[in-house]
Amino acid sequence: MEKGKTPLLDELEKGPWPSFVTEMKRAATKNVMAKDLLEQLESSYEDNTGHWKHGGIVGVKGYGGGVVGRYSDKPEEFPGVKECHTVRVNQVAGFFYTTKKLRELVSVWNKYGSELYNMHGSTGDIILLGTNNANLQPCVDALADIGFDLGGSGGAMRTLSCCVGQARCEKACLDSMDMIRDLTMHYQNEIHRPGWPYKFKIKVSACANDCAAASARSDLAIIGTWRDTIVIDNEEVNKKVDAGFNIERHVVGKCPGQALDWDSKTKTLKVISADCVRCLHCINLMPSAIHIGRERGATLLVGGKATVVKGSRMGSVIVPFIKAEAPYTEIKELIDTMTEWWSEHAKNRERIGELIDRLGLVTFITELGLKPIPQMVNAPRSNPFIYWTTEEVNK
Amino acid sequence: MARTDFGPPDFRELLPPVITKNYGNWKTHEIPRPGVLKHISYSGDVIHSVRVASPRLVSSDWMLDICDLADKFCEGYLRFTTRNNVEFLVSDEARLQPLLDELDAKDYLIGGVGLSISNVVHTQGWIHCKSAVTDASGITKSIMDNMTDYFTGKVKVPSRLRIAVACCVNMCGACHCSDIAIVGIHRTIPRINDEAVARVCELPSTIASCPTGAIRPNPKTKSIEIKREKCMMCGNCVVVCPAGLQIMDPLNDGVSIWVGGKVSNSGSAPKFSRLAIPFIPNEPPRWDKVTDAVTNLVEVWAANARSGERMGAWIERIGWERFFTLTNLPFTDKHIDDFTYAQTTFRATTQFKY
Repeated sequence: MEKGKTPLLDELEKGPWPSFVTEMKRAATKNVMAKDLLEQLESSYEDNTGHWKHGGIVGVKGYGGGVVGRYSDKPEEFPGVKECHTVRVNQVAGFFYTTKKLRELVSVWNKYGSELYNMHGSTGDIILLGTNNANLQPCVDALADIGFDLGGSGGAMRTLSCCVGQARCEKACLDSMDMIRDLTMHYQNEIHRPGWPYKFKIKVSACANDCAAASARSDLAIIGTWRDTIVIDNEEVNKKVDAGFNIERHVVGKCPGQALDWDSKTKTLKVISADCVRCLHCINLMPSAIHIGRERGATLLVGGKATVVKGSRMGSVIVPFIKAEAPYTEIKELIDTMTEWWSEHAKNRERIGELIDRLGLVTFITELGLKPIPQMVNAPRSNPFIYWTTEEVNK
Repeated sequence: MARTDFGPPDFRELLPPVITKNYGNWKTHEIPRPGVLKHISYSGDVIHSVRVASPRLVSSDWMLDICDLADKFCEGYLRFTTRNNVEFLVSDEARLQPLLDELDAKDYLIGGVGLSISNVVHTQGWIHCKSAVTDASGITKSIMDNMTDYFTGKVKVPSRLRIAVACCVNMCGACHCSDIAIVGIHRTIPRINDEAVARVCELPSTIASCPTGAIRPNPKTKSIEIKREKCMMCGNCVVVCPAGLQIMDPLNDGVSIWVGGKVSNSGSAPKFSRLAIPFIPNEPPRWDKVTDAVTNLVEVWAANARSGERMGAWIERIGWERFFTLTNLPFTDKHIDDFTYAQTTFRATTQFKY
């Protein structure tokens, strides 16, 4: 490749969607690391492969993680990224910022890093893309001065994240941002000092729409729900119907619990509470007319993860309803018990969901002191291979 | 020693006053135009959020650009979404239209709300990850160039559609529950550097890292050997023994495409995405075959799905057999699962759709 030229990446500056290449070039005009990052990426586009070495541990004082070591495998060609470490910075709950706060962050990163960011990484952190060994500690110190702390990496509790919740959503059944903030502060040691067999993720979504993708992506998903009945405002229902909305087809006909009844003569929408599965479909379609119930709390699901190693797993229910109010003592006790059980029994790089598959859901809930309940399963067992303890059989 | 363990900035100090005042008291929301949310409180207060696409990988200059806009129109308040969009939080309704005008004038894309194709959740790629099989940012940019009109609401879709891109099977982006997922995969087993394995790697943990038991010791070389038929190319051993094992294969690495997943419980339970296209070669810089495949999936879905039907719900109604016919995709031996939960995917009924 010709030094300073990026013909392949230039192709990604065309088209209407905002271009990350343009962003890299903006930083590259002022920043050597950004320039070499851009040029190394061009070489990846030529070779069809990445150019980062595996491994390479770096750290900062007082922390066991939060920084991911990254070293180029072509340091002679791209000296600016010989050392190019990722700093994971714990984001603000709900991703709310003031421009003052962001400008402070920019001034630190302009001084010590590549001037490039991910807003945000998949887990939720602000990802600062690339600093070297010499700048790392001063950078983290300067971040501390403006009130930004590191996130998690390695076998640790990973940076917690959540949906926007009660800050700006009518469907929020719990205060997801407060819960994440509270748990984040409570588990600072577990986040910053990896001591577990693998990662442990917690995400909070304030309703079953699950905007934080908690049940798919986190070892512990905390999802807001209610236990009583949805609230129907028939005046608002009628406004929407009178405006031409087909309530039979789009709402009543699609209710998975067949819990809604529309009387077109009296123009009344009624709910059979016992049949409602609290899926939010009707509320999503008629947010002004149908509201979440009043007796609110959370469903806890455990074991969600992506494919590696033993296949994708959706989090499954361990507690259908729990009160979710600060200081969240009961939830913290469950977190402590499950992470202790997992870290004691798991193999290296085995997530809690895989451990549950290996040792059994019954073993897990027994450890947590939870009683087996039908809400934990889609259906009871279909084979007769039942385990009986010695206490359960006649001697 | 520097102070530690003080946590992130407290969100309470970073919220617009109208949010602090109406926290937990929102009644409903409207979508007055594509890309704009109007939230209404029980108190009668209103806040507008203007959603704008971001490339996720951004520069300091870009950060300062959005700060300037938020200072001018939003009293300095903004947020990001879980799908990497920016939201300008407008408390003063009089400033909404001027903000929209300025965003338009500066070519920001406003959209991604409600019935639309929102921004892509994706992973790091060649830019900064050691295990990337492909470049997520490049694929994302290439796909979204084709999907821009779906983002901005110029072209309507039957329901929301969520796209995710993951550079390898670690799937940091939790691709596995998306309407359309693009996942980087290997097709060849790791190459072993016997000398390095013998010298650097811990053999028992390397052997134990294999989920299929494909690795066994090789006493002759004091290294390991990998049984080809058993290896499913997850790369777990490479993470444990990076110095001695190489799985990257530019000739054979590429991407797979998956469909029909979702995370929401609305209407039906969350679903995994399922394999639609087992392999497309890596073709930077624009990945034309990938973008064509995604465009085909989106267009066939948009033309055939009923109102409110997401990709997975649509496929469930028409059946997988008709999905493969309508999308003109071949169903192959690669589509039949042979891993951990394979049996749960085998059909045990006489019900088919023709």
